[in-house]
Amino acid sequence: MADKYTPSELLICLSARLIEDGSMAFIGTGIPMLAASLAQKLTAPNLVPIFEFGGLGAILEKLPLAVGDMRTFNKGLMASSICDIMETAQRGYIEYGFLGGAQIDLYGNLNSTVIGPQPKPKVRLPGSGGANDVGSLCWRTIMIMRHDKRRFLEQVDFITTPGYLDGPGAREKAGLPAGTGPYRVVSDLGLLGFDEKTCRMKLLALNPGVTTEQVLNHTGFELLVADHLERNDPPHDDELRVLREEVDPDGLYR
Amino acid sequence: MKELPGGIGELFTSPDPDEARAHFRTKSRALTNKLMTVKEAVRRFVHDGDYLAVGGFGGVRIPTAVLHEIVRQGRKRLGFAGHTATHDNQIMAAGECFDRCDIAYVVGLEARGLSPQSRRYFESGKVKMTEWTNAGLYWRYQAAALGVPFIPGRSMLGTDTLKYSGAKVVECPYTGKPLVLFPALYPDIAVIHVHEADVHGNARIQGTTIADQTLARAAKHIILTAEKIISTDEIRRDPSLTRIPYYAVDAVCEAPYGGYPSNMPYLYFSDEEHLRLWLEVEKDPVAHQKFIDKYIRNTRDFNEYLQLCGGLGRMIELERLERLIPKPDTYGDEREVL
Repeated sequence: MADKYTPSELLICLSARLIEDGSMAFIGTGIPMLAASLAQKLTAPNLVPIFEFGGLGAILEKLPLAVGDMRTFNKGLMASSICDIMETAQRGYIEYGFLGGAQIDLYGNLNSTVIGPQPKPKVRLPGSGGANDVGSLCWRTIMIMRHDKRRFLEQVDFITTPGYLDGPGAREKAGLPAGTGPYRVVSDLGLLGFDEKTCRMKLLALNPGVTTEQVLNHTGFELLVADHLERNDPPHDDELRVLREEVDPDGLYR
Repeated sequence: MKELPGGIGELFTSPDPDEARAHFRTKSRALTNKLMTVKEAVRRFVHDGDYLAVGGFGGVRIPTAVLHEIVRQGRKRLGFAGHTATHDNQIMAAGECFDRCDIAYVVGLEARGLSPQSRRYFESGKVKMTEWTNAGLYWRYQAAALGVPFIPGRSMLGTDTLKYSGAKVVECPYTGKPLVLFPALYPDIAVIHVHEADVHGNARIQGTTIADQTLARAAKHIILTAEKIISTDEIRRDPSLTRIPYYAVDAVCEAPYGGYPSNMPYLYFSDEEHLRLWLEVEKDPVAHQKFIDKYIRNTRDFNEYLQLCGGLGRMIELERLERLIPKPDTYGDEREVL
């Protein structure tokens, strides 16, 4: 039985479990960095993390604080440039991209640009950064989000990063590379995916102690629910131990 | 090529390569000594209304010494390339130095949080904003470096990022699929901090180069700051290490710890305490302006700022952090560093 854990620790552990050993993953700032480090130490020793400013294949001994700091190419295979990394994604080499955002809609479109109108915003957020590039060019995008009605919306204020846009076929019609798109949403309430036919968000698994009703009540749109709902394990003892002692000993993300 | 609906955002610079060629033709290709102080470099090469691009990115290898000097000299109405601009954006927003911005990433400091002053500035209506992505802005530099008016790419399609960008969309003449055209961006002035440079401006960068090799080939003028000035003989000993060629460079400034408080790969780590102080003090606009007076406007040069931030003792601590060297046992006296 695992001891108590925080919502961030749960998100990190659930995200780390999605990382395939031997794969290449485009790692965004924050929780994806901890998930990648945890996975590399526990279940995916052959993960090749890619950071947008040029770090390829780092061994994540110390937690990076920025997507370009020295820790993103510590003992890495190559220290190149944003140019090389983005073009590698555009050529179709990168399977997974990890992202977060302020808002998400039922097709997995993300907003990290503005609340309110773009020319005179109520709240100015950072903008795309590399998120739109990751969501456009990586094969499968995994989003990590806090789950509440203010974030899971029928419509986002601004589509910064493409999900399935307005439904089936929309990405290809817009000119985005065929066969790409959102794959999973890791939230503090559960694991979500996207319905193959309709491209709409679908609940796949519940987090410990969470009910389906709770998830529906915290979602601002009509959420599809899988026929056979899985139940996510709470963070395992070894996950928590490695996360706290090795990945984030300073407790920056607790 | 058939044009499809594209962006409505304003283009702040001309993508015409012939205008850029005419300028590049006038630049000296002679190996002259370009060493000068940061103050002189900013006085000569950064003018009100210029379009400014900053090398490194946000928390890594930014040319802080020059950015402070731009604030100190009170430059205004600059155009600004927000290519993951984090602490650099904080400094430029503190001085309200720019009034138009190509935005890929501003306002945030990644996992450290959002900058209250940058947010206030962008929400004030004083800044014209055109949206891009990190790859998109890099491809704009790349088009300029290639000497062509645009470069095609596949980001931004279908999104509001595209709608509020200055990019055009066409039907690709080969595949028939929609394609984004990223217009060339030739900044008037690029400021780049490097590990080593000679007096002519041949420069070496260790670790990731971010977009700086491309930016250096796109910009009309360049101010380089270097941790260390090295001899041209040393450059000639291994020319494969040269990342930026001298002919692109207008000014070379010696600036040890010139990237502080950002991370200078292999030399010193970012000063997270100092960056937290910036974020904290920005919450109150009055306290923030006092802070900027104390640390930037009323200091003579960057060395005075480094002294205020703890001087050599602090730099040694950041070097230890970067190189993962443990702190020696000081037997109870926490003030001792050495």
